[in-house]
Amino acid sequence: MGSDDSYEFTDYSLDQEQLEYIEEVLDDDLIQAGVHSVLLIDMAGNIIAQKDNGHCDHDVYSLAALASANFAAVDTMAKIVGEEEFSLLFHKGENENIHFSKVHSEFLLITIFGKDVTLGLLRLKVNEVVEKIRGLWE
Amino acid sequence: MAFVNMKTKEVQAKIVFYGPGRGGKTTNLEYVYSKFRERIKTDMVSIKTHGDRTLFFDFLPFDIGKIMGYDVKIQLYTVPGQVKYNATRKLVLKGVDGMVFVADSQRDKREKNHESLKNLQENLAAYKKSIFKIPLVLQYNKRDLKETPLMPIEMMEKDLNKQLKAPSFPASAITGENVVPTLKKIISLTMASLQNVMK
Amino acid sequence: MGSNYDDNVSYSDFTLGHEELETIEEVLQKDLVDGGVHSVLLIDMAGNIVAKKDNGNCEHDLYSLAALASANFAAVDTMAKIVGENEFSLLFHKGEEESIHFSKVNPEFLLITIFGKEVTLGLLRLKVSEAIEKINSIW
Repeated sequence: MGSDDSYEFTDYSLDQEQLEYIEEVLDDDLIQAGVHSVLLIDMAGNIIAQKDNGHCDHDVYSLAALASANFAAVDTMAKIVGEEEFSLLFHKGENENIHFSKVHSEFLLITIFGKDVTLGLLRLKVNEVVEKIRGLWE
Repeated sequence: MAFVNMKTKEVQAKIVFYGPGRGGKTTNLEYVYSKFRERIKTDMVSIKTHGDRTLFFDFLPFDIGKIMGYDVKIQLYTVPGQVKYNATRKLVLKGVDGMVFVADSQRDKREKNHESLKNLQENLAAYKKSIFKIPLVLQYNKRDLKETPLMPIEMMEKDLNKQLKAPSFPASAITGENVVPTLKKIISLTMASLQNVMK
Repeated sequence: MGSNYDDNVSYSDFTLGHEELETIEEVLQKDLVDGGVHSVLLIDMAGNIVAKKDNGNCEHDLYSLAALASANFAAVDTMAKIVGENEFSLLFHKGEEESIHFSKVNPEFLLITIFGKEVTLGLLRLKVSEAIEKINSIW
């Protein structure tokens, strides 16, 4: 990581307790339900919290940078065609799928899951998690 | 990998501004955008963080008029300079036709310039392009700074351009000094390299 | 400069002749725009526009869209590789009024379609597959 990143602007702050709560939620609601890996990242691509089932050795730092950049690119495309935002961001692979969900203006939740979880169930679980994380600032 | 459209007689070429974080890549494009507003019909696209750092790229399409009977559209891009964004930075280089390396003249950025140039060489190599062969211009930016010690031009030439021997300009993106000459130089090098496909 | 720049192998595949471009534009018009698609772009992976057609009511900034679409595709492709996939099959963004669909034509080209509610995703995918087959038969 470059040392020039140290003054990166952030307008959220999470203490130890809140981070532990988030990790607990990610683990209980998503990993226990069969999701392979889950990342909570900020819009600059920094990883806030991360959980996996212990069988994933993905390069999560690159993944977070790509995911945030991609989310921003898609958001810009939406604006160009006159949309506020695109609702569904989901990529399907042979074995692994990626789902993106906006938590609020600062955070994205990225889940990687396989065939053992349906998209419907995943979206339900993700919505619950997003609600719980949002609850931290209410 | 410029695209030459034989039917509409249009050429699209991609020029990428590269360099260390906070070196002035985006500022170069912003200056070009403000200077040539009447030629640029669309808004500049910037994908950046809330902290105003480039996250993916800036994009500015720029019509330069007719060359050899073709309408030439230059697509200017910047990359994110921060080290951690290498995965996205590399993507922007896909299909690049010409490069501007924006170096930071501040003395304490010497190492950062080095790292970034090396990173450029590696990322170009991933696309089977050589930094010695691609049209390239070096820009020694921030010459306007008075408060911080700057490296002498000779030192930057020796550091960065000894082997490359690319055209180079001392510049100030913020005041606009030598921004347009940098751009003109890279456009002319890029167009020269495309001549064999524009027949 | 031109003489010692030897990377031009890549250009050859890209220099489509006048006739080929006309065939492509005809396919885009007949199969997609006449089928209700608002706007369609054939772009290369560097974000250049190869061909475009629309229904005459679109005023989108297509050059920016092409730059973003190729970057979007490349980012998703890299993410796929990171999680161990060859590629992700479906690239589609749904909006309230307009949706965007991406399809890979070959390793060098992408087809981007922008469409509204009057076209279903199923029908669109069918039309896109047909158009891609026709475009690929040019080579």
